Amino acid sequence: MPIPVEMPKMSDTMEEGVLVAWLAEEGDAVSSGDIIAQVETDKATMDLEVYDDGVLLKKVIPEGAAVPIGGLIAVLGKAGEDISGLLAGYDGAAGVPAEAPAAETVAPDTPAPSTGDGAVQPTAPEVVSGTASAGNDGRIKSSPLARSLAKEHGIALHQIAGSGPEGRIVKRDIEAAIRKHAPAPGVAPGYPVPGTMIEMPAEDVSETVRISQMRKTIARRLSESKFTSPHFYLTVDVDVEQAVAARARINKQAEAAGGVKISFNDLVTKACALALRAHPAVNASWIEQEGVIRQHGHAHVAVAVAIDDGLVTPVIRHADRKGLTQIATETRELAQRARDRTLQPEDWEGSTFTTSNLGMYGVEEFTAIINPPNACILAIGAIRDEAVVKEGAVVPGKRMKLTLSSDHRVVDGAVAAAFIGTVRSYLEEPLSMLL
Amino acid sequence: MAALQLREAIRAAMVEEMERDAGVFLIGEEVAEYNGAYKVSEGMLDRFGADRVLDTPISESGFAGLGVGAAMAGLRPIVEFMTFNFSFVAFDQLINNAAKIRYMSGGQFSMPIVFRGPNGAAGQLAATHNTAVESLYSYFPGLKVVAPSNPDDAKGLLKSAIRDDDPVIFLESESMYGLKGDVSDAEDYLIPLGKARIAREGADVTIVAHQKSYWRAMEAADGLAEAGYDAEVIDPRTIRPLDIETIAASVKKTNRLVVVDESNPFASFSSEVACQIQERVFDWLDAPVMRVTAKDVPAPYAKNLIEYYMPRTEEIVAAAKKVLYAN
Repeated sequence: MPIPVEMPKMSDTMEEGVLVAWLAEEGDAVSSGDIIAQVETDKATMDLEVYDDGVLLKKVIPEGAAVPIGGLIAVLGKAGEDISGLLAGYDGAAGVPAEAPAAETVAPDTPAPSTGDGAVQPTAPEVVSGTASAGNDGRIKSSPLARSLAKEHGIALHQIAGSGPEGRIVKRDIEAAIRKHAPAPGVAPGYPVPGTMIEMPAEDVSETVRISQMRKTIARRLSESKFTSPHFYLTVDVDVEQAVAARARINKQAEAAGGVKISFNDLVTKACALALRAHPAVNASWIEQEGVIRQHGHAHVAVAVAIDDGLVTPVIRHADRKGLTQIATETRELAQRARDRTLQPEDWEGSTFTTSNLGMYGVEEFTAIINPPNACILAIGAIRDEAVVKEGAVVPGKRMKLTLSSDHRVVDGAVAAAFIGTVRSYLEEPLSMLL
Repeated sequence: MAALQLREAIRAAMVEEMERDAGVFLIGEEVAEYNGAYKVSEGMLDRFGADRVLDTPISESGFAGLGVGAAMAGLRPIVEFMTFNFSFVAFDQLINNAAKIRYMSGGQFSMPIVFRGPNGAAGQLAATHNTAVESLYSYFPGLKVVAPSNPDDAKGLLKSAIRDDDPVIFLESESMYGLKGDVSDAEDYLIPLGKARIAREGADVTIVAHQKSYWRAMEAADGLAEAGYDAEVIDPRTIRPLDIETIAASVKKTNRLVVVDESNPFASFSSEVACQIQERVFDWLDAPVMRVTAKDVPAPYAKNLIEYYMPRTEEIVAAAKKVLYAN
């Protein structure tokens, strides 16, 4: 019987995988645990392991092709075995099982899961989810110890081939995976080591921490953003005296009525959403593979939230159409769920713009890395009490710096300047947001 | 240290306790005039006289009940069964009286009694004379069950059992009575009940085994060492109260457990250990707990079958290799 190798579900949000490279040739003998190809998912490039012994009879998919989950990638079996029956059971080159509906493909106007600016999907390591197609019943067999070790070391079980009975993943399989990924002793992961570097004994001064899945994603996505999209930065100093006063009045009323208080950040979210409406060129994405820049029909503003060992960017949808109280309520709830790690993909997918606020840490101004596929990100600084000149006199004033990072492929300097100017005018005249 | 046979170590414990406490006495079939069916009580009649070393008729229910009454009256009887197979005749005295009097009297009576004698199979004795009873008696709350594997433990544990205020089932072994071993000659040598002994330290797999099975486990550990596996052997010594902490700590280290038990497999000591271990250290287990027990039939008579019936060294090695995922 020929054995089909199908596209496994390698992450919770994965819908399809791109076969990046074949690592085995047709006619090669392979055994359980061998890596025959590399597959890129929405999260990372992962090794595709086989769980059976045999000969690689056919590479069904060419390099570079995308295959939905469950789609046929390759066929294993005995040399010379007839595989036409098996191939007939799958539908064409896409390799989807004929009897099963094709996995829903990503709608073209839906941005890829928004994981830029370090934000990642806050799932726990996929240890017991049982979503990978390891066995016939789709369940990953593993010993209790293997599961707890995998969790401790942030290893996803579906990436490991089990060596126990019926493919059970056992302690030695996890240990092998840990050895494979272990950093060189005494050297912080990822650092280039010049020949002249004096090696410090790790046990004296260093703490070696495994790179978590979240940090890996942060590293990959932010490098990708920073190194492929040409960033430029515009900083404005905003007079927020009226906005501060307006917020105080609103919150005083909210307090009296037992309602929700709004934060200054909520005002900025609202101002950005309205400004995106006024400047659709900023509310856009560079989509290289389609050869287009897409201006989005909605203003979905993501807000960066710091959590343990990383950050996420939940999205306030249609923020231009929502009142401040609703924005405040949703932001509070999303931030709490982000810290509880209970956000769902729909909570962080689909942003068209992102803000990042370090004002509460007293940071006066900073530059943020764009959260792909957004074109811009706004870095919000602290509100400062300053001596300002008004009508020829030095008086006490309140100021806040905003820095817009823009992807020059999508947005030019004048466009970005016009956008941030609108944001500024909304914040300087908060009543104008009602117009 | 003196090298004593198991029977001599048991005798030494009884003699020391009878000299220490005038309330201790020995009663059973052939314990006095005949010097014991297996010569465990040899010389004790001469030493203590017929008031304290008492022969009985073949009437287990009668003399076990006499012992229960004597214990309620404040004495410390040692009741010898010629084998524990015969204790079934006295089951009501053991289970309904000895085990439950303290509870049912609201603590007004204690039950400082020891029932002792050979346990388990001893060759071609057929179905009714080859029963291992530790799983059975440890089932009942109120009874303590002790099953030593060597003379030193036997002496220290029996002395503790005689001084214990609760009924203790003290299991010996007919085929081990001649087993020699160094026995502590420390004055008042007591080994507390409920403490396991790590007989052999190892890192790869834990084997729990008591009495005769303990010696099979030690052989298996040697065999495993030749194959490159480092087995830890734990002798629980006391079946109840069970020192599950020592076993659990070992399993946390080795991640694997094989329990060897001469009982039949259903609802046995080995199933109890397996259950408690998965409850306590599930996340440390790298393989299912394996058991090696007597086969699930009455003990056969034929030589080849009784040998097959008993837990064997090669079965222990095979079980250990299975949990080690070794081929």
